[in-house]
Amino acid sequence: MSETKERPGMGEIKERTQFQIVRTRFLRHRLAVGSLIAFGLIVLIAYGGAALWKYSHTDITPDNSQPPSLAHPFGTDSIGHDGLAQVLRGMQQSIKIALLVALIATGVGTAWGAVAGYFGRHVDNLLMRLADLVIILPAIAVAAAMAAVGGGSWWSIALIIGSLASASVSRVIRGVVLSLREQDFIEAAKALGASDLRIITRHLVPNALGPLIVNATILVAVGILAETALSFLGFGVRTPDISLGLLINQAEGAVNTRPWLFYFPGVFIILIALTINFIGDGLRDAFDPRQTRMRR
Amino acid sequence: MTSLLEVENLRVDFPTEDGVITAVRGVSYTLERGEALGIVGESGSGKSVTSLAILGLLPRTARVSGSVRFEGSELLGRSDNELSSYRGRHIAMIFQDPLASLNPVYTIGDQIIEAVLAHRDVGKDAARRRALELLDIVGIPHAAQRMHNYPHEMSGGMKQRVVIAIAMANDPDVIIADEPTTALDVTVQAQVLEALEAAREATGAALVLITHDLGVIAGHADRLCVMYAGRLVEQGTVEEVFYTPRMPYTLGLLGSLPRIDARTHERLTPIVGAPPSLLDLPSGCPFRPRCPLAQPICAAEEPALFGVGKGHSAACHFHEKLINAAAREIFQ
Amino acid sequence: MIAYAIRRLLVSIPVLIVSSFLVFAMIANSGDPLEALRVTNPPTPPETIALEAKRLYLDLPWYERYWVWLTNIVQGDFGPSVNAREDINAEIWSRMWVTLRLVLLAMLVALILAILVGVTSAVKQYSKLDYTATFFGFLFLATPSFWLAILLKELGIFANQADGDPESRIFFTYGERSVFLEDPTAWNQAVDVAGHMILPTISLSLITFASWSRFQRASMLEVLSSDYIRLARAKGLRWRKVLTRHGLRTALIPLTTISALDFAGILGGAVITETIFGWHGMGQYLIDSIRTRDVYALMAWLLLAGAIVIIVNLIADLLYGVLDPRIRHE
Repeated sequence: MSETKERPGMGEIKERTQFQIVRTRFLRHRLAVGSLIAFGLIVLIAYGGAALWKYSHTDITPDNSQPPSLAHPFGTDSIGHDGLAQVLRGMQQSIKIALLVALIATGVGTAWGAVAGYFGRHVDNLLMRLADLVIILPAIAVAAAMAAVGGGSWWSIALIIGSLASASVSRVIRGVVLSLREQDFIEAAKALGASDLRIITRHLVPNALGPLIVNATILVAVGILAETALSFLGFGVRTPDISLGLLINQAEGAVNTRPWLFYFPGVFIILIALTINFIGDGLRDAFDPRQTRMRR
Repeated sequence: MTSLLEVENLRVDFPTEDGVITAVRGVSYTLERGEALGIVGESGSGKSVTSLAILGLLPRTARVSGSVRFEGSELLGRSDNELSSYRGRHIAMIFQDPLASLNPVYTIGDQIIEAVLAHRDVGKDAARRRALELLDIVGIPHAAQRMHNYPHEMSGGMKQRVVIAIAMANDPDVIIADEPTTALDVTVQAQVLEALEAAREATGAALVLITHDLGVIAGHADRLCVMYAGRLVEQGTVEEVFYTPRMPYTLGLLGSLPRIDARTHERLTPIVGAPPSLLDLPSGCPFRPRCPLAQPICAAEEPALFGVGKGHSAACHFHEKLINAAAREIFQ
Repeated sequence: MIAYAIRRLLVSIPVLIVSSFLVFAMIANSGDPLEALRVTNPPTPPETIALEAKRLYLDLPWYERYWVWLTNIVQGDFGPSVNAREDINAEIWSRMWVTLRLVLLAMLVALILAILVGVTSAVKQYSKLDYTATFFGFLFLATPSFWLAILLKELGIFANQADGDPESRIFFTYGERSVFLEDPTAWNQAVDVAGHMILPTISLSLITFASWSRFQRASMLEVLSSDYIRLARAKGLRWRKVLTRHGLRTALIPLTTISALDFAGILGGAVITETIFGWHGMGQYLIDSIRTRDVYALMAWLLLAGAIVIIVNLIADLLYGVLDPRIRHE
């Protein structure tokens, strides 16, 4: 939606929508754009590469404990699994979980925070004390205890991490909603008789979209780091399935003898989390130019 | 004889993501000892940037050129440490937003004492006595107790008086007040201006009063500079400029001011449009797009400041047309 | 202020109780702690199993069990462990000190580094130093803590072997102290403990440092662009004095809140660090009690962790009140 308006003395000025402004600002952020492309490539390689590669992660090749070579670019483990096939599978699982974590945490956290901030008073008090319950405990400990009970499948792990992460999302969204609630357009909507649900879904949440999107992006990085840590401890993705964290767990005892098994999965975790963080940084700058000056 | 403060052909550029913004485009003025000079303009006209440039207080990205001389010695190009011995000592500054100008974690007493000690090698006790004296001059009651207050415990008007006390702490030669009353309630504006006058009287300092409020200028300035899009477009004594403005913009500004001597049914005449974007100035005279007198020559050539009277100059190709013109007739 | 502190602590008690109830309900309904006993070969006599069940209150419904647990807690008793030879009380307190000294030291190191780097980065914005710090900040933020810990441990081992003498050692890479010390004077013991702390402290503090230094940089930049910094300069103060007196003093305040909020995360990070460096601290205890479904041990762990986090946050809040005159706790 772009229209041109004639203003006296101003010549023709294109009015740009919020989306166009954000897109322009984001595209100017070279590191973020590069990271977006890199992340896209990583996802493509994880899924497309696994389909094309000659070994599957379950294949046991006759070569065991081989260092990286043309036949096995990421080497093999002591049983004979192809390292590349394993890392690709691990990336698939880890990325899938991380994205679902972001989705769950954002969805639950937004509803949680928006309701608390919009209704205020007792509702707010109750919901925020509930967030305190989650926030005062080390998340990894609670996640491990929960995963030991109900974990195992990839989506249950995402559900556990996502719901724990939603508590801090709810705080962010609540803060945004609190500041929006007092503004005139909300008052106007109320005066026109809009229902609470309508005000929350049509007015508050869209206006909190900037922080929401930035937060969701960062949550993907949080998600992958949490999942791999959980899997490393043995409470996340379990054998026979694979995650990048589990691969590192299995490689821990042999960092000296088979270093390739340790370094490749680690480097990919870093790459994924790093690109996500850069994308999030670019989005933050794009949504909030005032902060840009302050932050860089 | 050299003037107290001479600004010559001052130019300030800010590189930004969207291109270089030239906030000040060749501004020159002089300030004599004890004189009060008003600078008027809309926001974005470069009036604040000009004064920040004088003291070297612009962000590091700013590129400043031209000349600023205090008592004949050049200030531009000096190191920050050298400039700091001028700041507060010779040229003091009062900023627009008193709510944000004071550090929230120190008492106002500490902040005034700090200003005194910045340039005077006196003991803490002497500095404290001086601080009390200053608070008294700017009209803060119960100064001794107030010294222990934190900024958040005071009203906006009180805070601005504290800022004025800080500015006069070292008997400066020049006080630059950048919109000192804009952020305040109308009811306390007069009191703060009174405090400013008291400070001038006590120090004998010259005053540069930056404002968009012509009413304030009328009451507190001897001479007047009008700025538009980073340039001076008219300057002269307050009397001359108020009664015989020779630049359509000034005329428009005066026309949009309610006057007590106006005939009852005279309507205020606003200037149509908005100031131009500094990134994309129109060719020729920057006021052209809003000017009712605009002719082809205005697009071709930016007018220089023409001398139009004793100490009175205006940047308009048609300044002669404006003699005795009323805003109402020009801006219909 | 003391009244405020006491009130805050009282308010947090219901939070802990509700929290513990939820966790208890979840774990108590999740599996049989005596499973290991039931599948032994030769089979364990049923009387023994019944006796064990009674000792662990498994003969009661879970909500009654929670009540028993709660009344025990009030008397300072964490309840029986699945492992009959283990006393949760004795175990967890001794482990808590092991973990706390790691966590607190790591926090201190991270704070000092974050302030130094964050403030310098902000003051020298866009300098080489700023870019380098930003790069490493982003890198550490994206690095999994367990991977970094293993890497440091391997580097330690590598350094130990570098001189060709397998007996000599620069870094300790296993345990929180040596099991056997030849000459166990107090001094030697202290040196030994300190030596064991080096690598775990580094690995625990690096990632926290990364996020805090980013935060401190942003906070310092915000202060530096504030009006009161401009006024301080307009007064004629030298830049260095403006920076320390007006910039640093004010920019440090937000970090107290952030560091306290992150404390639970550091405690969680210690679980991973301890696992990798083979420490006998709270982290290992947590993993063990989850694996053996030791409900009471796990409850004790979470309760203690929650209490520590609450206390740390309270301290930070009080400190905030001291640092920022705008906040007054009555």
